[in-house]
Amino acid sequence: MHTPAKILGLLAIAGTIVPPALFMWSALGLDAVKAIMFVSSIAWFVAAPFWMKVE
Amino acid sequence: MTVETLDDDVAGVVAGSEYERERVPEGALRGPSSFWGMYAGEHTAGTEFMIGPLFVAWGASAASLIFGLLLGNLLAVLTWRYLTAVIACDERLTLYYKMERIAGRNLVAFYNLANGLLFCFLAGAMITVSATAVGPFFPPGTIEMPTFQSTMPTGLAWILSCIAIGAAMTLVALKGYGVVAQVGHYAAPWMLLVFVACALVTLGRLGTTDVWALLTPPPGTEQKISFLGIVFFSWFCNAAMHLGMADLSVLRFAKKPSAGWASASGMFLGHYVAWICAALLLVYWVRAHGVDPTKGVDPGTMVNDSVGWAGLLCVIVAGWTTANPTIYRAGLAFQGMIPGLSRTAATLLAGAICIGAGIFPAFAMKLLDFVGLYGTVLAPIGAIIIVDHFFADSLGIARDPAARSGSAFNPVVLIAWLLPVAVAMYGYWQHNLFASYLPLPCAIACGLLYALLSRAGGGQAVARS
Repeated sequence: MHTPAKILGLLAIAGTIVPPALFMWSALGLDAVKAIMFVSSIAWFVAAPFWMKVE
Repeated sequence: MTVETLDDDVAGVVAGSEYERERVPEGALRGPSSFWGMYAGEHTAGTEFMIGPLFVAWGASAASLIFGLLLGNLLAVLTWRYLTAVIACDERLTLYYKMERIAGRNLVAFYNLANGLLFCFLAGAMITVSATAVGPFFPPGTIEMPTFQSTMPTGLAWILSCIAIGAAMTLVALKGYGVVAQVGHYAAPWMLLVFVACALVTLGRLGTTDVWALLTPPPGTEQKISFLGIVFFSWFCNAAMHLGMADLSVLRFAKKPSAGWASASGMFLGHYVAWICAALLLVYWVRAHGVDPTKGVDPGTMVNDSVGWAGLLCVIVAGWTTANPTIYRAGLAFQGMIPGLSRTAATLLAGAICIGAGIFPAFAMKLLDFVGLYGTVLAPIGAIIIVDHFFADSLGIARDPAARSGSAFNPVVLIAWLLPVAVAMYGYWQHNLFASYLPLPCAIACGLLYALLSRAGGGQAVARS
């Protein structure tokens, strides 16, 4: 479970920060940015508990 | 600005179950990596969405924001590293137990009350911020959002929003905070990215990457906060934690004082990057929509407009993960003050005060002042610990005087603490001194008074008795 969760987590991180960067460079519309960020946010909270270590 | 999102260690401390009245043993010490993540998480909170825009509302210059925040946060990190972490690793005691050894049990209870009330007001500000994220889920105009100038509730819908959010936070606090602490831990990196995403969208909308130009206020803007004001604000917005020694409870688990450098993750991510990103949100509304910066726009509306539901989720999660342990801690403080009060009743009492404070937007909208006052009241206690730890032997005064004498109340501490605080409050209310200028002189005066009064007989008398 660790590896798939890590991959999903990394994709979620990318989905949170890459779309706004693309919007800044006029390569993506704002509605798409909002949709991708929301899905990525959900994905992050699904993946993080399986991946991130809580000390 | 935030309070701690508690990790397991701190949870144990607060719950009174882990080395509360003894030195932390060698086997329980943690390496620096434990602290870097914790500090990064705990200093990216819902209130960061308020502080950045408030700087814009106060007419802060670009130089103040870029360099002033850099300097102030650096000074905060140095305070954590060379005062808090050093004392924490030497003593390995909680703030409360160390204070009890100096001031006596009864005086610690009084400190707890002050601490608990201030925690409630801070959690109230977080409830206010989270409640602004409710508005966008309803048709426009359903909930009238507060502006920076709002001090009173804006209507019934607003009050109900605050009660709903605050009640949910309180109910979770009743269950403990383990789950919320975990959610806070998982959310920390994502929250920071949402702040950065807001800034990137803002830059895209304004068609420039010249952050300096964007942060430069228009000509004629009244500057209510100077470069020095920004430096002192960022240095002392967490004064209770570093100079006030609240973080002894956390850093006593560190193997070496160098763990104090971990505070840099919280300061430079949460109190630098996040604040500037949040400031850019209001800059967009001022430039694109002609909003009056002194009135501002609520965080929920700005974040929803910028990045949508992910942003609203961030506002709610950021407020929730930090307000929840705050309510829990305030409950513990009240429980310590009122004998026989159950944990449930104490938490409900704290939650009710927090909700009451959250309904009134004044605490969130005056956050720049409030956190300064928070530090002014609590930081001086740290100065007493500094004198006790570093200078007691050379000054010829007793270390841990209350513990030596078995005293439950050391009047020297009370006088040394409250006298400078009273003078500072007079300066704030009567002469409009900026609140963040007050913690440092107040703490220095408190330390000097404690040394002088102890030397003059008080501390020695306690020690001899």
